[in-house]
Amino acid sequence: MNTNVETFKYDNRIVRAFGIVTVLWGIVGMLVGMLAAVQLFFPDANLNLQFITFGRIRPLHTNAVIFAFVGNGMFMGIYYSLQRLCKARMFSDFLSWFNFWGWQLIIVSAAITLPLGFTTSKEYAELEWPVDIAIAVVWVAFSVNLFGTIAKRREKHMYVAIWFYIATAITIAVLHIVNSMEMPWSWMKSYSMYAGVQDALVQWWYGHNAVAFFLTTPYLGLMYYFLPKAANRPVFSYRLSIIHFWALVFLYIWAGPHHLLYSALPDWAQSLGMVFSLMLIAPSWGGMLNGLLTLRGAWDKVRQDPVLKFMVVAVTAYGMATLEGPLLSIKTVNSLSHYTDWTIAHVHVGALGWNGFLTFSMLYYLWPRLYRTNLWSTKMANYHFWIGLLGMMFYAIPIYVAGVTEGLMWKQFTKDGFLQYPNFLETIVQVVPMFKLRAVGGTLYLVGTFLMAYNLYRTAKAGQFEPDTEAQAAALAKAPVGHGKPSWHRLLEGKPLFFTVLTTVSILVGGLIEIVPMFLIQQNVPTIASVKPYTPLEVLGRDIYIREGCLGCHSQMIRPFRSETERYGEYSKAGEFVYDHPFLWGSERKGPDLAREGGKYPDAWHYNHMDDPRSTSPGSIMPRYSWLLTQKLDTTSLPARLNALRKVGVPYPAGFENGPAQNDLQAQAEKVAADLKQGSVTAEPDREIIALIAYLQRLGTDIKSAPATTAAK
Amino acid sequence: MSVIILLILASLTVALVFLGAFIWSVRSGQYEDTLTPSMRMLADEADVKKSQPNSKLK
Repeated sequence: MNTNVETFKYDNRIVRAFGIVTVLWGIVGMLVGMLAAVQLFFPDANLNLQFITFGRIRPLHTNAVIFAFVGNGMFMGIYYSLQRLCKARMFSDFLSWFNFWGWQLIIVSAAITLPLGFTTSKEYAELEWPVDIAIAVVWVAFSVNLFGTIAKRREKHMYVAIWFYIATAITIAVLHIVNSMEMPWSWMKSYSMYAGVQDALVQWWYGHNAVAFFLTTPYLGLMYYFLPKAANRPVFSYRLSIIHFWALVFLYIWAGPHHLLYSALPDWAQSLGMVFSLMLIAPSWGGMLNGLLTLRGAWDKVRQDPVLKFMVVAVTAYGMATLEGPLLSIKTVNSLSHYTDWTIAHVHVGALGWNGFLTFSMLYYLWPRLYRTNLWSTKMANYHFWIGLLGMMFYAIPIYVAGVTEGLMWKQFTKDGFLQYPNFLETIVQVVPMFKLRAVGGTLYLVGTFLMAYNLYRTAKAGQFEPDTEAQAAALAKAPVGHGKPSWHRLLEGKPLFFTVLTTVSILVGGLIEIVPMFLIQQNVPTIASVKPYTPLEVLGRDIYIREGCLGCHSQMIRPFRSETERYGEYSKAGEFVYDHPFLWGSERKGPDLAREGGKYPDAWHYNHMDDPRSTSPGSIMPRYSWLLTQKLDTTSLPARLNALRKVGVPYPAGFENGPAQNDLQAQAEKVAADLKQGSVTAEPDREIIALIAYLQRLGTDIKSAPATTAAK
Repeated sequence: MSVIILLILASLTVALVFLGAFIWSVRSGQYEDTLTPSMRMLADEADVKKSQPNSKLK
């Protein structure tokens, strides 16, 4: 029956808006990445400004690229494809624009707060609690818009891409809420509810799934839409795409612990993460092959069409990254790769290749369609492709070399059984040339992006924007008409029920995570009696350590290998971290591990080292932290901090924060200052450097003072 | 390590939601046809072309 054919309009404005910001934030994110990359071989590139020093802009780079570049690219693709797959305009234009402006506001607030040093220090979840709340609100708006559009769709079958979008919406919400449980102590700062090992587990459960459900599932959905569209042929096997989806969502969420192999996390949890990671090869490669095989018999099109060229590389990079990821999750491989630049190379194959190139292909696909014209210059797009590909190679290959070099040098013993490279600095100086080559690669990739921006701009100028695309489709039957199948009726009845169940479950999750941490706190009893809470001065020092992003380059987790215990000391125990809100294990070593830093060097050494690392360690790539020497320590917020820590389970005695804590702080600061004087350094006891030194000197010393630690040998 | 209970509960909840969605999708006949959806999704551009007479798109 043709009587119920409806005419409606697809919203193209929102797609264009997300497209424009994708390009803009992409360029910003890559520029910040360049700034960070350059500092790794030329530390003075921070211009001695704390706001653009590596530790602070590294999270800015990752957040900008993941949530601003890829995030906006994801919204662009979803808002375009969802409307067409559902044969319906978005559920609510208001929610669309709320999603758009809310997300941009979050990005801007990240660009302001991260350089200012407001960070939770948890990777890819660095944004502080007010921004976390904003993210949750905007995400709910997006989800409502998504589900609303699906509910009013005119196409009964939900194409596989939609399922990928649904998985993204649901899972990111749960991950974000669970990982962002934090206790605020000021309007911009908080402490994680979880401590030590528990915090680490939650963080990497989140961290891995952020990769899985923010960078992978939505982009797979986009691949399943845009690749067949661009090639103008159906996906190789639709059945396989369905299996790909369901297998992926059921496996992905258990893989997180592979980020904590050989750490103080219990062994069985590590093995669980490893096994699930290995299983992921199957669906991932199924998806990659499905994408590539879609092009069978159409490779002549790939030769001509830059859109398809970008897609082929994107899908191939997806395949490479999803083979490498599981391999890196094997404990033996991980023992070499972890903490090295290998991980950095791995994620950049994913980010530059899979996410970057798929985003570029979508932009090249969409712009001519949105502006009803041809791409301004196919030749320029081809140049972009080759320059971008070359940039990727120049990025990835040197960093792989650097990673393997670092891993091998750290583990190398002489035939007499001593570390071949006992000085960590040697191993990092060795790979500095690779860091330089990487910056060349990054520059090339950025140049390509600029070419695209210009090309899209000229395309827009040449064409005429179509704000709404008119389309026609029959409405889905609202009620069974005489001869209609009865199952339809049940289906339509069942749908609101289904969404009610969904909502209930999500509320349950909310309730659960409110309650569970409370009882977790009770269980944070130290298993090592000599491990004590940080002193007030050390708490302040630790917060400076977090603010400066020290964990971007220094781990605090010594793995139980002889190469590590020889270099750093006794391996780390879970019981040592019970008061660490948040945990600061880190995931990268551009500098030595600091878990046992306490007592290794005199206070004066730390002072001089922070003032100018090259004065104590010639050739070091660490930035200067001279501002710590002059900035006054903020002691006014001490009660608020101690209070918040007590609320999350650190046993400071009642009333400690009013008076005793301040006296304790003064006394310890005077002591550090006096100690500095012995090393012929004159420093005021009320400077930030004093607190940082106090914290560094505390690190890992608790178990040294324990008489019973001999059991650990 | 007791936090793992929370994570397993949260992960299981997500998994159960997906399981429910899977059962719903199979029961409601979403996967009765695993061939034409991949072809039908290619067709929607036809509507667009009608509304743009001077389109240079092939």
